[in-house]
Amino acid sequence: MTAPVTLITGTRKGIGRHLAEHYLDRGHRVIGVSRNASDLSHGGYRHFELNVADEKPVIDLFRVVRTEFGQLDHLVNNAGIASMNHALLTPMKTVENVMSTNFFGTFLFCREAAKLMQRAKTGRIVNFSTVAVPLKLEGEAAYVASKAAVQALTEVLARELAGFGITVNAVGPVPIETDLIRAVPAEKIAALVRRQAIQRLGTCADVTNVVDFFFSPGSSFVTGQTLYLGGV
Amino acid sequence: MSGDLVPLIVELVCEVAEEQGIELDAQPDVETALFGEQGLFDSMGLVSLVIAVEQAIEERHDAAVALADEKALSQTNSPYRSVGTLAEYAAAQMDQ
Repeated sequence: MTAPVTLITGTRKGIGRHLAEHYLDRGHRVIGVSRNASDLSHGGYRHFELNVADEKPVIDLFRVVRTEFGQLDHLVNNAGIASMNHALLTPMKTVENVMSTNFFGTFLFCREAAKLMQRAKTGRIVNFSTVAVPLKLEGEAAYVASKAAVQALTEVLARELAGFGITVNAVGPVPIETDLIRAVPAEKIAALVRRQAIQRLGTCADVTNVVDFFFSPGSSFVTGQTLYLGGV
Repeated sequence: MSGDLVPLIVELVCEVAEEQGIELDAQPDVETALFGEQGLFDSMGLVSLVIAVEQAIEERHDAAVALADEKALSQTNSPYRSVGTLAEYAAAQMDQ
């Protein structure tokens, strides 16, 4: 049996890096993507430098996956950017950047991955939402809107791709100690954590556990779901 | 050029039909309807065929073609009607 092929976006640091190392430890062949070079060195790891919303390089990447790996079992659309600002003070360029990486990038990778997976009649796609969507977090209008779009995409794709044996789900993490929240004031994070049923910051392991669940063979009947951490 | 693609598309029609559990009454040819009332495929089957044709053209002709671009989707007479129209459309895309 050949090792599963798992493509993860945003692997240079944070949750994406953790996921890449986790699935390498499990014997997967991992394809990582980020805008910049990665210092992750492992025989089973291949890194691509690209912007996830840039269609031509993304299509070229999937051509390499098809010709050199011959299969794609899992896709994790982890790459994302946030912007903390009152909507009235948010430049249009910021909104475009957030939508581009978070939504357009996710759409593009889902589309191209599903083209590969559909021939094999199996595949797992995991997208990234956030608890900021159900919490309707003030100060994150563009970010929340982009992730709400990801959730809607997840639900529609679950239906469109079910006939191909592909499941599409999303994980909605709480704040985790990564660069994404480093610029957010501590009091804002504390207030957010107080709205969770289990009041602590999340960990990369919490997220990995959910991705493991969506990947597992026993989850073939689970699709179109967003699983929030922390009891939100 | 489109004539060159007909055998390839016929081959892929047979493959996708088999995957979809569709029994072919006769060997497909340029006139074979792919979609619509008399067509072989439902929407899922057509999606599989279009992707298979894109990938096969890329592998065998070393040419990247997009058969599901906005032009194809907006044409009154869909290029997905038959083997022949799909071959013509794919050839035109390859020439661009």
